[in-house]
Amino acid sequence: MKYWQAEYETMPRAELEKLQSERLVAQVKRMYEKVELFRNRMNEKGLTPDDIHGIEDLHKLPFSYKQDLRDYYPYGLFATPMSEIRRVHASSGTTGKQIVVGYTDNDLEMWADCFARMLIAVGADENSFVHVGYGLGLFTGGFGAHDGAVRIGATAIPISAGNTQRQIQTMIDFGSTVLCCTPSYAMYLGETIEEMGLKDKLSLKAGIFGAEPWTEEMRRQIEEKLNIKAYDIYGLSEIMGPGVSYECEYQCGMHVCEDHFIPEIIDPDTGEVLPAGAQGELVFTTITKEGFPLIRYRTRDICSLNYEVCKCGRTHVRMNKPQGRTDDMLIIRGVNVFPSQIEEVLLKVGGDITPNYQIVVDRVNNNDTFEVRVEMSEALLSDGVKGVEKVERTITESLRSTLGIGPKVTLVNPKSITRSEGKAKRIIDNRKLH
Amino acid sequence: MFIKQLSIFVENQFGRLEAIIDAMGKSGVNIRALSLADTTDFGILRVIVDDTDKAKSALDEIGVIAKATDVIAVYIDDKSGGLASILKLITDAEISVEYMYAFLSRDEGKALMVLKADDEARAEKVLTENGVALLNPKEL
Repeated sequence: MKYWQAEYETMPRAELEKLQSERLVAQVKRMYEKVELFRNRMNEKGLTPDDIHGIEDLHKLPFSYKQDLRDYYPYGLFATPMSEIRRVHASSGTTGKQIVVGYTDNDLEMWADCFARMLIAVGADENSFVHVGYGLGLFTGGFGAHDGAVRIGATAIPISAGNTQRQIQTMIDFGSTVLCCTPSYAMYLGETIEEMGLKDKLSLKAGIFGAEPWTEEMRRQIEEKLNIKAYDIYGLSEIMGPGVSYECEYQCGMHVCEDHFIPEIIDPDTGEVLPAGAQGELVFTTITKEGFPLIRYRTRDICSLNYEVCKCGRTHVRMNKPQGRTDDMLIIRGVNVFPSQIEEVLLKVGGDITPNYQIVVDRVNNNDTFEVRVEMSEALLSDGVKGVEKVERTITESLRSTLGIGPKVTLVNPKSITRSEGKAKRIIDNRKLH
Repeated sequence: MFIKQLSIFVENQFGRLEAIIDAMGKSGVNIRALSLADTTDFGILRVIVDDTDKAKSALDEIGVIAKATDVIAVYIDDKSGGLASILKLITDAEISVEYMYAFLSRDEGKALMVLKADDEARAEKVLTENGVALLNPKEL
């Protein structure tokens, strides 16, 4: 089998646009009725659903933002009664408050289909063993991959994240053929397998890696270490989860499931839609989602779109790997980290004064290193090593519980953190991922 | 009687200690006692100087954090068992010693030890009541 849903995946552009238009018009009507925030924003712009005739009117619609999910936490933006919500997922936000999304039966079906498209594109079938090494939990990664595997009739191995020895043993014993995890973890698995001399015992053929930025060089290394082809997948829980877009066998950009999600590229400063091929902020409109639909959601990812029909025959537009963010979010070991979260923790520890700090991220042996440098102050100093070590430990532990990952905390001299034009340089990202 | 000790944060970086000592030297401060506690990441330098305020502003100028703490400096007979007799007084009063370090004494026959106890006020009281001489800040 070459496609999972050939009718949609290879639909000629004109037909696809007609389908998108119908779905958009219906979605706008439904959301205007069910979602108060959307209705208010439409009214503010003097728009009613009758003004939206098709995708040519998409640019008129109001944007939605991550902040909306926090303001209406937990269920304020859902468009169906909770009795129709079959599952929720969540992810961390900037202020420690998580965001929540919900899925109806149809939404889960659609999601499984999107992931299934990718599995088929990378050569999986009912004889495959899909090793789900993403965390199975509130994070969308695990369940997204699991449901996709089940959908194509493959055997799912829902091992979840962590415990490398057990991952490798399971991979060998159960005969995993498709590995799904973060690229940095794939790299780590590859290195461990190489050290243990077990490469020959693997049955892996393909890997589906996402949830964090990675480079072509990493792809090459993962492919070599695990003897597979490594594919990129993109997704975000606000829109659905992994599978919003995916690479096909040609590994030349990620096909957006355009029958469900309409992408736009805008100028992040003016909000103007940019012409095809231009680089800008990626915006998504979900045209089939029922439980948690979003119109023109600002992803803050910077990328561009390529509308040329792909060699694989799929007509769906391809997005390139995001080249950065419009905000200061960092993705470290697959976890979203905002400097504001770090500031809050330091404020508490520093006795209501935020010590000057700097985040240093690097990639050593293909694993992210995460260091937080904190400028020393009299408030943090004591006459004994124990006292200062305790401060270091308190900062580390508070950051770990707020962020979900623990940094190495280094106390440095006051005023030693580089400032330019009076402003401290907060983030040093040496990973060279873009 | 308490004296001021400066605790100085020393970043684990080549030449850091030298820069700190040099800054104090150039400001005309004389170091009377010193102890260095270190971890892999940083060190805490404790010093007793003749002019704490001057030392602190010299350190401020080169961007080094220092904090003043009260400690006691105890005169000890410079002979076998001298320190033991002092520690016995402290221990009998159920006071714990957090750290100690030696001090240059200008008195013949006497040694000086800086002593930081978990309860400095009581340590000072116990020692004074037992007739142990403590260093007067004026002697710095």
